[in-house]
Amino acid sequence: MIHSLFLINASGDIFLEKHWKSVVSRSVCDYFFEAQERASEAENVPPVIPTPHHYLLSVYRHKIFFVAVIQSEVPPLFVIEFLHRVVDTFQDYFGSTNVGDQLPTGQLSVVPWRRTGVKYTNNEAYFDVIEEIDAIIDKSGSTITAEIQGVIDACVKLTGMPDLTLSFMNPRLLDDVSFHPCVRFKRWESERILSFIPPDGNFRLLSYHVSAQNLVAIPVYVKHNISFRDSSSLGRFEITVGPKQTMGKTVEGVMVTSQMPKGVLNMTLTPSQGTHIFDPVTKLLSWDVGKINPQKLPSLKGNVSLQAGTSKPDENPTINLQFKIQQLAISGLKVNRLDMYGEKYKPFKGIKYMTKAGKFQVRT
Amino acid sequence: SFQIKKLVYVYLMRYAEEQQDLALLSISTFQRALKDPNQLIRASALRVLSSIRVPIIVPIMMLAIKEASSDLSPYVRKNAAHAIQKLYSLDPEQKEMLIEVIEKLLKDRSTLVAGSVVMAFEEVCPDRIDLIHKNYRKLCNLLVDVEEWGQVVIIHMLTRYARTQFVSPWKDDEAGEEYSENNFYESDEEQKEKDRKVKATYIMDPDHRLLLRNTKPLLQSRNAAVVMAVAQLYWHLAPKSEAGIVSKSLVRLLRSNREVQYIVLQNIATMSIQRKGMFEPYLKSFYVRSTDPTMIKTLKLEILTNLANEANISTLLREFQTYVKSQDKQFAAATIQAIGRCATNITEVTDTCLNGLVCLLSNRDEIVVAESVVVIKKLLQTQPAHHGEIIKHMAKLLDNITVPVARASILWLIGEYCERVPKIAPDVLRKTAKSFTNEDDLVKLQILNLGAKLYLTNSKQTKLLTQYVLNLGKYDQSYDIRDRTRFIRQLIVPNEKSGALSKYAKKIFLAQKPAPLLESPFKDRDHFQLGTLSHTLNSRATGYLELSDWPEVAPDPSVRNVEVAESPKEWTGILGKTKKEKPAEKFYSESEEEEDESASTSASGGYLESNLHPTAWRTSGSESEKEDKEEGSSDESSGSSSSSGESSDSESDNKENTAKKTSRAADESDSEDIKKKAKAISRKRSTSSSSDTESTSSEESSSDSKSESDSKSDSESGKSRSATSSKKEEKTIQDRKAPNKQDVFLLDLDDFCPVPTPVAVPTAAVLSPSLTADLEGLSLLSSSVIDVTTQVSVPTKTHELLHRMSGKGLAAHYHFSRQPGIFGDCMVSVQVTVTNTTDQKIENIHIGEKKLPPGMRMHEFNPIECLEPAGSITVSMGIDFCDSTQTASFQL
Repeated sequence: MIHSLFLINASGDIFLEKHWKSVVSRSVCDYFFEAQERASEAENVPPVIPTPHHYLLSVYRHKIFFVAVIQSEVPPLFVIEFLHRVVDTFQDYFGSTNVGDQLPTGQLSVVPWRRTGVKYTNNEAYFDVIEEIDAIIDKSGSTITAEIQGVIDACVKLTGMPDLTLSFMNPRLLDDVSFHPCVRFKRWESERILSFIPPDGNFRLLSYHVSAQNLVAIPVYVKHNISFRDSSSLGRFEITVGPKQTMGKTVEGVMVTSQMPKGVLNMTLTPSQGTHIFDPVTKLLSWDVGKINPQKLPSLKGNVSLQAGTSKPDENPTINLQFKIQQLAISGLKVNRLDMYGEKYKPFKGIKYMTKAGKFQVRT
Repeated sequence: SFQIKKLVYVYLMRYAEEQQDLALLSISTFQRALKDPNQLIRASALRVLSSIRVPIIVPIMMLAIKEASSDLSPYVRKNAAHAIQKLYSLDPEQKEMLIEVIEKLLKDRSTLVAGSVVMAFEEVCPDRIDLIHKNYRKLCNLLVDVEEWGQVVIIHMLTRYARTQFVSPWKDDEAGEEYSENNFYESDEEQKEKDRKVKATYIMDPDHRLLLRNTKPLLQSRNAAVVMAVAQLYWHLAPKSEAGIVSKSLVRLLRSNREVQYIVLQNIATMSIQRKGMFEPYLKSFYVRSTDPTMIKTLKLEILTNLANEANISTLLREFQTYVKSQDKQFAAATIQAIGRCATNITEVTDTCLNGLVCLLSNRDEIVVAESVVVIKKLLQTQPAHHGEIIKHMAKLLDNITVPVARASILWLIGEYCERVPKIAPDVLRKTAKSFTNEDDLVKLQILNLGAKLYLTNSKQTKLLTQYVLNLGKYDQSYDIRDRTRFIRQLIVPNEKSGALSKYAKKIFLAQKPAPLLESPFKDRDHFQLGTLSHTLNSRATGYLELSDWPEVAPDPSVRNVEVAESPKEWTGILGKTKKEKPAEKFYSESEEEEDESASTSASGGYLESNLHPTAWRTSGSESEKEDKEEGSSDESSGSSSSSGESSDSESDNKENTAKKTSRAADESDSEDIKKKAKAISRKRSTSSSSDTESTSSEESSSDSKSESDSKSDSESGKSRSATSSKKEEKTIQDRKAPNKQDVFLLDLDDFCPVPTPVAVPTAAVLSPSLTADLEGLSLLSSSVIDVTTQVSVPTKTHELLHRMSGKGLAAHYHFSRQPGIFGDCMVSVQVTVTNTTDQKIENIHIGEKKLPPGMRMHEFNPIECLEPAGSITVSMGIDFCDSTQTASFQL
């Protein structure tokens, strides 16, 4: 299993190390640095690097590499998943302002995920159904692939040992699910009801995938006209974003990003709304659109100046889209009811729906 | 204070190795702490002690581990398992002794311990699979409730175990398979022989099936490592028709972090070579996004190529076209390779691919062109007949291309097929002879080759040119080139010394060469177990354990049988999760369980599992409709009790089921007369059980005799309960499913230690020794069970406090209700049911003298003023055990 752990920051300093069995010299990280150099970008550093005596398994999050040193055969996902959990814990712990508040209580409970003696004056349970659309849209606007992935995140603050059940109006939509360990699997298998004693506080109850048979409604469209000409060092750039199948809801938080080809020197653009930035170093264009007003569609138009003398880029840039739609689960999933057993008080219950863009790409 | 202690321990663990002498000073403190009444202190003391890596204290550590391994707290036992690994790495000499401890801990029923001890097993003695036999079924059944990291370790271990113990389930479906794994392990003849032998008779071992069934739900785990572990288990153990269920879950993992994606994609790549069908439906999930990191892109591409077939190739090629244009040139090059592979694998599209690739030759990007040249070269080799045009086109390219591999490829092509392009070839040689000195080594070698081939076919035009090139090569800096030059010269230039070989020079140079196979780089990875580090690296990692072949003949399956002697009592305790507050139910469930046990025992040979007990639910009228489902879902914690029952005891089970059905029907018909009904059922059950199981222990028969009073108490409480629930029904629909409903059990019930069988006290002594004994056994409950859960999910394990004989007709039972103490945080709530079995009223039942150890507190119940004959009343009291193993004794 994990022998040692090194934390390496963006500038390549080992700023924290922890050894469990015996101390492994920092020099083992040199192999990692080598690999890092070979990979042009941080995300291309291979997660598994063999060295003569050790294996380095790493995850990259928050611009920090968490490098675990392994000495013998182990399921690599075991280590990787574990490192991610460690990072999650760090994030939970350092993310809040009151670090001291969250010291673990160290209680042993047969419900390992729930601390004992929980007390609240206001008992409340909130569930957020969040769906993300992953899609690739091709040049002509037709959908190449689209799927919906969803999660139910919960914030449960209930006194004592509540036992909750949550049922759906249309559980058949859920094709593939994964649960928080608190969910009773058999109950789901037989009745399609989520039955669980919740952990205290925030947690992810469920992740799901909506079955591929259901056609995915794509809530936005992008009209684009991007052209580079061989003869001139100027190119045209024009995109318009509009709502499509939104079930009458507003599309907001729209953000368009696009990685321009290397040959692009600068862009002079005018947005009809929102703000835009083009970074001439990374060649990344981002346009913060905001809300889409169906009466007046947001657009971004202008010119692209290309490096003189180079030939035109052979691929048009892909457009990545982010957006949010409140009060809508695009798959149509609906929570039927939430019941609590085991405690006498009446909790306050709330359910929120949201649809977001996941990995949403438009090829141009 | 405990908090301070914990912090000091953490500090010590960090610095013990650096300052060993100082650390040694503290050892006596730990030895004392190992006996601390608080389990957390005991556990952390052991942890620190085993983290001090000083050889002198090995014996002390050994002793501490041994002691901790029989600790009553499962948490301490878990830490003992952890310490085993540490001691082993400090001093491997201790192996034998440690194996003994491992053997003992493997028998442990706690889900807390299971993962840790299997980990220790894997580190210390992974070859001792004989230790697993007896625990195999238990591990399978506990698996769902083990913590997730433990699950990963156990699943990997069980995969290896199963490959040594069961025969291959692949025999049946092998014939139709394109590839078969077995061929990688065994010779074909063996295979056929086995086929013949097994085909007709293959029936999966029930234990094999048990493993597959119990791991399946874990595909729904949120932990990627668990999902991957199950996937590899199915891949290596399941019949091929069933392995497909893992695809969906693996594809789900692709939504995860890039590192997880990377590992999962690698494994899918290996799988998709052998069994395309598994992932074909998910083809689009592997489409590449421009935002994916390059390593993910190339892996996805690899999988897409593996999945390509006649049906989807046109879609795929269209998709590839976008990839070729990618700004990520490394990826674009990989795509061209992929197109090449598709072209060779699927003959229908070879021409289309070739045309596409030729178009790419006019691409502006050099890397793309170069890669295309290389791929085209390989493709042309497969069918050179009619591609003179392409070769000509490529010869023209030579003027512009600078990438060495591409130039070398073109030269090779022209040389190889120089007879097809007789006019161009000498000209090419002329040009390259001019630039020879500036070329890359790779290109120089090909120029030499081209020269040699032309010399042999067209010596008139090229003799001088070739000699010029050979002369240049003779004085080249690279010895490879000098060597090649010398070799060629000897072969082709006739002189007096040249041997017999030069006669055959033409045959040597212009022999028909086999076309290169364009294969997946994942082709040979399958000899590593999926999901392992070795598979990821494609090389053996230290400590990698080979997955063994399936045995020809399964070893004796009876080794996994667990002796019946392992008191059924224990099992009933573990499995009899019925409602609390109902001593009578306990009786039902127990008797029923006995039945099941005896049934399954006789059928499957000592396999102690049982069905859940629908009758137990049934007595509460309010939930008649839901019963069925709940019954199903409550199976979860008891492993797959019902299903394992299914396979083994068909006949007796059927009988029982019909009995149940009738009683259920009757039960549902009227909810008012629960009292009668309950009685009736109880009678029915008791008669049937006594007739079914004649070997019930004396304990059971005594409870038999109590049945009447018990059932009465039960019916009373049942009545009151149904009343309350119906009231609630009126109030809101939400509360319809009244709080006293059963629920599924996810919880780890095995933490309950087996409790010594209560003994009837011969005298009328008021102090009950049995309670003393029981509480002793249950010390751990004080800490771990108290906070368990709601009242709905309580296992009724009733213990006898006072036998009716010794209590002059007053009987008392108690059990731990496993709900947060209502009397205070530290209090364990104990439910005592007092039953009057005499025909007179008993008055003023209260707690008399208490004999409690210091620190312990007890919250008494309110005195019961009067108890009717045959009546029973349930009271609760709280006891603060102070996390200790001490006993509480008191007088009634």
